[in-house]
Amino acid sequence: MKKGYFGPFGGRFVPETLIPALMELEDAYNASARDRAFQQEFKLLARDYIGRPTPLYFARRLTAHLGGAKIYLKREDLTHTGAHKINNALGQALLASKMGKRRLIAETGAGQHGVATATGAALLGLECVIYMGAVDMRRQALNVFRMKLLGAEVREVSTGSRTLKDSINEALRDWTTNVRNTHYVLGTVFGPHPFPSMVRDFQSVIGKEARAQILKAEGRLPGHLIACVGGGSNAMGLFSAFLKDNVLMTGVEAGGRGIESGEHAARFAGGQVGVFQGAKSYLLQDEVGNILGTHSVSAGLDYASVGPQHAFLKEAGRVRYTYAVDEEALNAFEMLSKLEGIIPALESAHALAEAIKLAPTLPAEGLIIVNLSGRGDKDVQEVARIKGVEI
Amino acid sequence: MASRIKRRFDALRKEGKKAFIPYIMCGDPTLAKTEELVRVLEEAGADCIELGVPFSDPLADGPVIQAAGAKALAAGVNLRVAIDFVKRIREKTELPLILMTYYNPVFRYGEEAFAADAAGAGVDGVIIPDLPVDEASGLIGSARRHALDTIFLAAPTSGDGRLKKVARASRGFIYFVSITGITGARLELDGGVAGSVSKLKTFSGGKPVAVGFGVSTPEEAGAVASMADGVIIGSAIVKKAASGTGAEFTDYLKKLRAAIR
Repeated sequence: MKKGYFGPFGGRFVPETLIPALMELEDAYNASARDRAFQQEFKLLARDYIGRPTPLYFARRLTAHLGGAKIYLKREDLTHTGAHKINNALGQALLASKMGKRRLIAETGAGQHGVATATGAALLGLECVIYMGAVDMRRQALNVFRMKLLGAEVREVSTGSRTLKDSINEALRDWTTNVRNTHYVLGTVFGPHPFPSMVRDFQSVIGKEARAQILKAEGRLPGHLIACVGGGSNAMGLFSAFLKDNVLMTGVEAGGRGIESGEHAARFAGGQVGVFQGAKSYLLQDEVGNILGTHSVSAGLDYASVGPQHAFLKEAGRVRYTYAVDEEALNAFEMLSKLEGIIPALESAHALAEAIKLAPTLPAEGLIIVNLSGRGDKDVQEVARIKGVEI
Repeated sequence: MASRIKRRFDALRKEGKKAFIPYIMCGDPTLAKTEELVRVLEEAGADCIELGVPFSDPLADGPVIQAAGAKALAAGVNLRVAIDFVKRIREKTELPLILMTYYNPVFRYGEEAFAADAAGAGVDGVIIPDLPVDEASGLIGSARRHALDTIFLAAPTSGDGRLKKVARASRGFIYFVSITGITGARLELDGGVAGSVSKLKTFSGGKPVAVGFGVSTPEEAGAVASMADGVIIGSAIVKKAASGTGAEFTDYLKKLRAAIR
């Protein structure tokens, strides 16, 4: 396989100015993977700062309510800052500081990756600038304030659709300008090589823990894994530890207002192969190659393309990809809150929506692990707004 | 036969002159206006014109060209329309015409079909800012088959190994990006530019090198021209053209032309 590629997907489609920085990053990342001291430092931070390992929790009341397979939740919502994003952001922040880069930049959609990067920057004493779309800043006002509290500068992006993809454009423009002293903490398994592999590796702790935990709890591997897929980092983190096992996997995209409405972010259901923001993958685009606007109730899934390894796993038939529409995600959001006392992120609620469909079709001895990638505190205000409740 | 771009640079070299290469956005705000601009630029002594193709997500461009692209998109311009536009104006001008487009529209069009249609329409070269040489083997193959020049970008961050790759893969000329940044940013010339340009010439066996990004005033254009074979001016021209193409604009072009020597 060509370096930086997953089958025909991936690559490094960025301006020449950034290519040397990506090569430097690739070398530094490969060296850090072999560097015992680096690994030890990261492991300690993961334990004492992020709060790893996160529990694998058996959702007893949800399981009883649905009547079918047992549902386990991988509790990434319990990490410091409340989502899996911290696993990658802290890893990259540590790597950047070892590379002598004193300034971090990042894009953010839901705000979770922005908060995680701002946290990593605060911890390591680095300067931090976060790019966030104007629409997302309204949807996730709480996270904007959190980032500022953490010492980051939040720059509003008012170009294009004013959501995640436009924030990535701005972050790439900043990186192109300040590449000599700046590291771009890309938040998902997307973009130019080595980001898709590096981010997957930083997130792979999710799957490694979950595999050991389910074997301890049940003495066997699960039949199914379910995770939501925006760029796809929480899903790759969970799936990567099970790729060689006889385990079915489902990635859930944002169906928005339905595929036929055109207002969605279901790249596999409604997209074609294209090249965008550094990588070749499935892409929502028009017939002449311009990128289409997307819609999802969840800002973190509202993105026109998807990680190249997901595209590869789809074409290889290894992972099944489906979608949940806004309404299904909102129902799952409320169901988990009421039955388990856990308010999930709207992103994770898409994965739960699929579990709600799947569990009743399976026998009681079936096992499902759902990646509960983040907590829903950040979404409470937006859900209230959608429901027409004033708070 | 040598390409229009090569013939133009050869002729300039014989006369001891440097190339003036303006960039304009195709269809900003209408194709009729772009056609008029091409005529004005040619009369003002442009040696080559770069025609920008609008794209929804122009990540290498600053605010001026982003705004121009948004207007062109609203006017319905895309890669196919830009190729048809060149076909139409090719009947009136022998000026070398270069398309500057992002990669996804080319990928979607199909590299082979794009190279065939563009060359057939009279397009002389293509610049794709988000297609580095490492990912360009398919496009290069198609472009060579149809005699379309491939102009790649080299940057201040490129080491010798990468400068060699860019030099080898480029046809027509090599595009050296003067700054680490996006189009329309402020120019800061340091000794690095002249050094990189001279390396590119050595590595390429003497191919012409044009420098762009951030060049705005006649003084800057003159300074850049003294180090290279050509000067590319985009955002400054796009911005000025938007507020009128009358006497003030042509006066600015004449000053640029005079400074590039």
